[in-house]
Amino acid sequence: MKEIVVISGKGGTGKTCITASFAHLGGKDVVVADCDVDAADMHLLLQPDFAKSEDFYSGFIAEIDQDECTQCGKCADVCRFNAIPVINTQYRVETLNCEGCGYCPRVCPTDAIRMEEQNVGQWYMSTTRAGNPMVHARLGIGAENSGKLVARVKKEANRIAEETSKDFVLVDGSPGVGCPVISSLSGANFVVLVTEPTVSGLHDLRRVYQLVQKFQIKAGCIINKSDLNPQVCDEIEDFLIKESIVHISNFPYDETFTEAMTMGRTVVEYGNNGLKALLTKSWERVKQITNQGEIRG
Amino acid sequence: MADVVRKGRPNRKMKIAIASGKGGTGKTTLATNMTAYLAEEDEVVLVDLDVEEPNSGLFIKGELVHKEDKYKMIPEWEQDRCTPCGICQEVCNFHAIIQLSDQIMLFSELCHSCYACSELCPTSALPMIPQKMGEMKHYRNGNLSFVESRLDIGQEQAVPLIAQTKEYIDTHFSEKMIKFFDAPPGTSCPVIEVTKDVDFVILVTEPTPFGLHDLKLAVDTMRELNRNYGVVVNRHGIGNNDVLEYCQNENISVLAKIPNDRSIAELYSRGELVYQKIPAVKEHLIKIRDQILELKNGEAK
Repeated sequence: MKEIVVISGKGGTGKTCITASFAHLGGKDVVVADCDVDAADMHLLLQPDFAKSEDFYSGFIAEIDQDECTQCGKCADVCRFNAIPVINTQYRVETLNCEGCGYCPRVCPTDAIRMEEQNVGQWYMSTTRAGNPMVHARLGIGAENSGKLVARVKKEANRIAEETSKDFVLVDGSPGVGCPVISSLSGANFVVLVTEPTVSGLHDLRRVYQLVQKFQIKAGCIINKSDLNPQVCDEIEDFLIKESIVHISNFPYDETFTEAMTMGRTVVEYGNNGLKALLTKSWERVKQITNQGEIRG
Repeated sequence: MADVVRKGRPNRKMKIAIASGKGGTGKTTLATNMTAYLAEEDEVVLVDLDVEEPNSGLFIKGELVHKEDKYKMIPEWEQDRCTPCGICQEVCNFHAIIQLSDQIMLFSELCHSCYACSELCPTSALPMIPQKMGEMKHYRNGNLSFVESRLDIGQEQAVPLIAQTKEYIDTHFSEKMIKFFDAPPGTSCPVIEVTKDVDFVILVTEPTPFGLHDLKLAVDTMRELNRNYGVVVNRHGIGNNDVLEYCQNENISVLAKIPNDRSIAELYSRGELVYQKIPAVKEHLIKIRDQILELKNGEAK
């Protein structure tokens, strides 16, 4: 079993549309994991059945029992997050600021503070319209610990793949370079970088690739909307050569992606267009390179 | 309109965050064009708080005024003083400290700088020391002050860097200046840190199923935070009408509908500002500004 992670650095490059197309092409042989838990959109295209759901608990928030509190203020003194202001002469926890570190209950002389475990979202086990087993999640509003939820989604996807002898786990990652992305990359066999020929696309590609290098994972790149700016597209291609990143393919700027999305379909299911052939070829290439294993020099 | 400015704070200009839920909807385009346009007449501050992938600096140039490395505090183990009693490992809720027989291992990327281990250690064997997490730069171009922070690659937590950058803004710029914060995509902790105390949030979306789905999450987040907000629909004309219908049903102000135009995307791709070349975009900026100011004036009454 091999794990393929699709990330982009920059948002809005077409990462999810492309990943969903790969998932559809892979069908029941590919387990899909939507690890963009912050703004999970892949279910809108793959239409999984949400067969099983489970709450996800992670992290804590402090709670002060006002009957036990003697207003000594020790909790507020030790809190580094300004999370315990005095409101109407009472020490109150500002939940948005509380990091859940658990320092305050340890200094409270009357044991008036309790750490409450937080329900930060749900995760789901599904089957998609194309027959993929799919693990996905929804992070609660303003919740922390998205990295931990990503880890959970990946763990479940890998477990299913192992138990049912699937060849691939296909992971849709989140934008950025922070904790959810780091969590998505951990354990991956191959990374697909989806970028676009804009100054931002290239800038963000360079940053996210630095992160990929820290994990020493082999990478390939898809340049989406490649005709938008031929000059920046050339710069990206030069960058790929210099960094020995496999150049998987270029996709044209094409509103078909949006049209298919509006119908709740992946591009490969939507009409007969050149994109379908390109995506099919790219997916074959991704599988082939992933199976070649580690060839990093 | 239900979700508009409520609180009154006269003699104080606004802090406005530009956020989105979905990435790539045009946050940075709006932030850079809006501030560059406003700076033609007024002092304005643009702060790029998308510290994982800061892009505003690709569009806004200026003279570097100030630069500083940003640090977070982490414990350092002083073996000579350690007894090793195990208290540090027990108190760390983030599993950033592990004790193996008489050795202490620290995982600084997991540390939230709460100081519990350091201050509860009976022999003061874990003093807090600074660790670099990123850098902040402050540029000036005429009336426009531009501050950006970027997280070092490999650092997991964006929130401490965002918080420190906001502190810099509060201590270095007058309350009377209008400030725009370019937020990261999503709805999790970095977005909360950017938006939790601003006066207004512009949510930029696109009229597609992804745009709508993530807009709903962003709206739920703003309601949870009790923020005032409005929506800008970018690339109007693609997809369908569901975003506009949603806004209407939910009584959410739509501040502008910026048409889908490949030439906007091409200018953006080159790192150019759009409003100087495409008059329609300038009209939209004026409209957005006027609506926000109107909401602000309404609040002062």
